[in-house]
Amino acid sequence: MRTLKMLLAGALVASAATAQLAVRAQKVWTLAGAPLDNAIVLVEGGKVRAVGPAASTAIPQGWQVLEAAVVTPGLIDARTTAGLTGILNTRHDQEQLDTSSSMQPELRAIDAYDAREPLLEHLRSLGTTTVHAGHAPLALISGQTLVAKLRGTSVEQAVLVPAAMVSCTLGDGATGGKSPGTRSKAVSLLRQELVKAREWRDKRAGAEAGKAQERDLHLEALADVLDGKLPLLVCAQRAKDIDTALRLREEFGFRLVLEGAAEAYSRIEELKAANVPILLHATMARAGGELENLSMETAARLRAAGLPFAIQSGHEGYVPKVRVPLFEAAIACKQGLAFEDALRAITLDAARILGLDARIGSLEVGKDADLALWDGDPFEYATHCTATIVDGAVLFRGAK
Amino acid sequence: MLELLFSICIHFQEPSAQVHAFVGARILPVSGPPLENGVLVVRGARIAAIGSRDAVAVPAGALVHDATGKWLIPGLVDTHSHIGEASGADSSAPIQPDARILDSFDVRASSLQRAQAGGITTANVMPGSGHLLGGQTLYFKLKDANSVDELAIRWPDGAVAGGMKMANGTNPRGEPPFPGTRAKAAALVREKFFAAREYERKLAEAGDDASKRPARDLGMEALLEVLQGKRVVHHHTHRHDDVLTVLRLQQEFGFKVVLHHVTDAWKVAREIAAAGAPCSLILVDAPGGKLEARDLNWSSPAAVVEAGGRVSIHTDDWINDSRLFLRCAGMAVRGGLSREKALEALTLEGARQLELDARIGSLDAGKDADFVLLDGDPLSVYTTVLETWVEGVKVFDRADPRDRLWALGGYGAGNARVLHDCCGERVEEHGR
Repeated sequence: MRTLKMLLAGALVASAATAQLAVRAQKVWTLAGAPLDNAIVLVEGGKVRAVGPAASTAIPQGWQVLEAAVVTPGLIDARTTAGLTGILNTRHDQEQLDTSSSMQPELRAIDAYDAREPLLEHLRSLGTTTVHAGHAPLALISGQTLVAKLRGTSVEQAVLVPAAMVSCTLGDGATGGKSPGTRSKAVSLLRQELVKAREWRDKRAGAEAGKAQERDLHLEALADVLDGKLPLLVCAQRAKDIDTALRLREEFGFRLVLEGAAEAYSRIEELKAANVPILLHATMARAGGELENLSMETAARLRAAGLPFAIQSGHEGYVPKVRVPLFEAAIACKQGLAFEDALRAITLDAARILGLDARIGSLEVGKDADLALWDGDPFEYATHCTATIVDGAVLFRGAK
Repeated sequence: MLELLFSICIHFQEPSAQVHAFVGARILPVSGPPLENGVLVVRGARIAAIGSRDAVAVPAGALVHDATGKWLIPGLVDTHSHIGEASGADSSAPIQPDARILDSFDVRASSLQRAQAGGITTANVMPGSGHLLGGQTLYFKLKDANSVDELAIRWPDGAVAGGMKMANGTNPRGEPPFPGTRAKAAALVREKFFAAREYERKLAEAGDDASKRPARDLGMEALLEVLQGKRVVHHHTHRHDDVLTVLRLQQEFGFKVVLHHVTDAWKVAREIAAAGAPCSLILVDAPGGKLEARDLNWSSPAAVVEAGGRVSIHTDDWINDSRLFLRCAGMAVRGGLSREKALEALTLEGARQLELDARIGSLDAGKDADFVLLDGDPLSVYTTVLETWVEGVKVFDRADPRDRLWALGGYGAGNARVLHDCCGERVEEHGR
């Protein structure tokens, strides 16, 4: 059954470019303005061709028509390990962490991502169309991340951004081994490596033309971080680790994206001054260990402060093996984040932080036709995702 | 840095004296149809009366709570939880019926406060699933307490109420003496139950002659309670064939059993219903985490009920957060369960599975005054638990900043609550 679904998905990807599809809904959250009542989205060639009120948006003859109570942009998981992490949780399907060294920025997510992973299929069945997936926040530098659409049967078919960010962790996630065994040691090792990479990069820049410098995958990746080509995605939960992230950014000038940030609510002013985007921990993340002080209201507080943020599903080591952006945003909404802001935290605001808002995250003419269809308020427990559309192809159809 | 301790006196109402009347709420008694504009009268620790406003008089002298616009439901019963930082068996053997949660339970853990914030008033705290038989579970009330004795539920004979935790599948596997295969696991369990039968026979043979009795064996005594139906087996099981193995052992030895988690319940719903074995189900947000949980489906509760079986829902905290227990029932509705059955699964059916339904699980006169006040439909994501009451005492109040911290999280939410009795009053200490 799963194989059949996958084959169908592949066939649909192939035909998406020519598909002509109209979606009619009682409410369409475009996120490019006020939501539209009784509206139509026209999809052709994998792109949004028109969005507007039913009264003024004609459905061309012969187009396939889907009905829904509510339509939203396809959801974006701002940060997950799914695709590297697999459903079975056995040695052969866990690719999110290699423990041979504490710093491995050269590990590419594209060499580990499994586009056929059932966890991704699960996410797609709940409206997700794009994931920012990669190595886990469980080492000082665990590796790179990628951005992929939930389409196709290979990473090549799925990927949007092969190298998105470099995953770095401050705090408990980095200090589990023999060394680094403390926060001070971890930061010292990290600084030393960045200093080394800076010198290597400067040497590369000064090298005589035509005299190619010897390749060094490790230092090249760090040089890309120092050059601002790859943001450093720093997982910092405790306030003191957030402070460290800001201190390191000050010293090395890299593009910082914070993730986790359980105690961000106690560093609002500092984060505002630094204008650092945050991929906030899952709202229902377990309140233990260095997340013991997390609050389900943090999203609402970041929003009130005007800080750029998105909600991530994060990494899960056991059960549930993946969290679901839809559900995490729903609880953030319940705990004070306005509905549209909660929806933006798993669509347009995530796209902005990933630098992809020209393409995905809202329903606008010319953007990718990534849509999620619902039979009611998407955040309500009993509401179902009735269809997920990726690049104009219906890759999930749900029974009511 | 010095930690300053200060104390706040809490005025604990003497439950036996106080009469409360909650007036105007939409009441879902679970044992009967909803009451619009209902009245719930609480006298001390028990429900004195419940009914519609024109049918139930508010007693003179009652403290009246205007609950207009609110919803009132029975206190939630969590049939499977790990709050209180308790532990059961150790790594010395796969079968340890002598180990008791009672001896390891921390009543001060913040996890209890979070459970109150989720509307839970009774819970079954269990040892983990790393053993074929991990020890004796504890049924208790979510009171604010200073010792486990204060919140443990007792049977009429005074014994501490609880069941027996068992598990099969992959979790209890390991190096010897733990089983390496499913067949070995079943064999080890059967041998132990036969040994308990033998122990029972020797006891019976000895009769009143103390000199002929076998030496006291705490584990055998606990297993006898299981074989004699005095202690329900709470059996962790996921895969369809493991579920049927539990039913096979239950047939052979005749113990009372509740099936727990039952990931594959939707595959063997008819068999479960035919065996009359109630299910305590878990609903998590994604399948997997291990092979035997790969086929998790939110339709399981509906499938078992449609087959004629009985279903409660549990948190397995900290797999699911006790503060979001109502959400678990919402997920069951997503999977096709009726809203009525979903609420029953969190209350009365859970009470039945713990054999406490004469006391708790629904709002009926004479039952314990355990209830939850909500600002809306219990199965809506937008609904908030406002107050939780256990035996006539309010243990959670969303309007109280301390309780709010436990409900939503924030700095210090993980800190333990410390109560002690001092100078004739109950005192709460806050670390600051």
